[in-house]
Amino acid sequence: MIKSKTIYKLQDINLWYHDFQALKNVSMDIEEKKITAFIGPSGCGKSTLIKTLNRMNDLIEGCKVTGTIQLDGIDIYGDIDVNLLRKKVGMVFQKPNPFPMSVYDNIAFGPRTHGIKRRIELDEIVEKALRGAAIWEEVKDRLHKSALGLSGGQQQRLCIARALAVSPDVLLMDEPTSALDPISTGKIEDLMSELKEEYTVIIVTHNMQQATRISDKTAFFLLGEMIEFGDTEQIFSMPKEKTTENYISGRFG
Amino acid sequence: MRLMFDRQLDELKNMLIEMGALIEEAIKKTMQSLKNGDIVLAKSVITGDNDIDDKEMDIEKLALKLLLQQHPVASDLRQISAALKMVTDMERIGDQAADIAEITTYGCVLPPTGLDFITQMAEETSLMVTRSIDAFVKKDLALVKKVKVMDDTVDNLFMQVRSEAIRLLSSSQADGEQIIDLLMIAKYFERIGDHAENIAEWVDYSITGIHKSHSSKE
Repeated sequence: MIKSKTIYKLQDINLWYHDFQALKNVSMDIEEKKITAFIGPSGCGKSTLIKTLNRMNDLIEGCKVTGTIQLDGIDIYGDIDVNLLRKKVGMVFQKPNPFPMSVYDNIAFGPRTHGIKRRIELDEIVEKALRGAAIWEEVKDRLHKSALGLSGGQQQRLCIARALAVSPDVLLMDEPTSALDPISTGKIEDLMSELKEEYTVIIVTHNMQQATRISDKTAFFLLGEMIEFGDTEQIFSMPKEKTTENYISGRFG
Repeated sequence: MRLMFDRQLDELKNMLIEMGALIEEAIKKTMQSLKNGDIVLAKSVITGDNDIDDKEMDIEKLALKLLLQQHPVASDLRQISAALKMVTDMERIGDQAADIAEITTYGCVLPPTGLDFITQMAEETSLMVTRSIDAFVKKDLALVKKVKVMDDTVDNLFMQVRSEAIRLLSSSQADGEQIIDLLMIAKYFERIGDHAENIAEWVDYSITGIHKSHSSKE
């Protein structure tokens, strides 16, 4: 199998929240246009790690990061424009967080921030993003109504569409379906498989069946360390580390 | 935390042990009835095959229930899927013991030299079944290897029976019916050996994650 291109290169990442070390010497290569899942018990550092990938930790007081994270060869903790980084790396959270405005304005928000003003151009972006997030058919007749009137599953797909609207390379998803019902979860999972045609997807999930179903690569974390990282099928059928086996088969966690 | 799941896995192993014991018993009775011309005992092997079939179904039901309820991964998944494959070969062994018993019910009497070989084949194959199931329960790769070597012994014994059949035929020391029965029974045991080896291969997979037939194709 041809190894696909590395998009993120992490080397010796250590992260502290004040005195507490949340990540210990994490090094990994994340492949482009693949779905990579981070799994592990609560407090293992997986959400912390995903947040380092677009510098969301910058906002947390007392947070210190050492090591390097390269995105397409560029050190993202170096001298770069964080807004540009976040344009390249979109994020979707556990709880859908649409802005209290119309469906249209939610999607147009990012592109407008980046200077796109022409109505025709915005219309095009909004439709493409909503189609890309498989929600266009459900909202096309209510584009100018409040996004808060949508169901939880629709709101989450709207948030994915909002992230897609600025044409990112990477989509970070922190437990994107844990607040959704099985039908909405299924829709988001189907969507993720489509998204990897164009985007690199990195997902934190507590749902191991979900990781097995949708991801190409899985990394298992425990107490801030990356215990094992490999092809999802290998991790869930023949893990190399006993600790991984014990966690995924529910012996602890 | 996974108390119930562990209990169910133990139950699955116990059921496999029980099915293995039924098979060993069937082979043993088959041999006894053949040696002593005991038609009643031979018939009990044929009716007893139903118990083996029932056990197969019970194991399949439990394995499928575990797949549904527990979404097993890693070694749990390998053990359950191996069990599902193993019971098919175990059930076939039961059928073949019954096939041999059926020949006995027709009043078959084997030539003494042939009977010696057949007795050895029965002992070897019965031990192969015991060791395969033991290997599964104890996750013992050394036992798996032993079973694979034993299959060569069984194949060898079959070739010896074949030579003996030719010798008996050419020297007119036995009648045609006896010789055909001898060959058929030897062939059944040779197949039982193959099924036991298949079981060992799935045990190998449940321990190592590698199945011989899969890895040889890749």
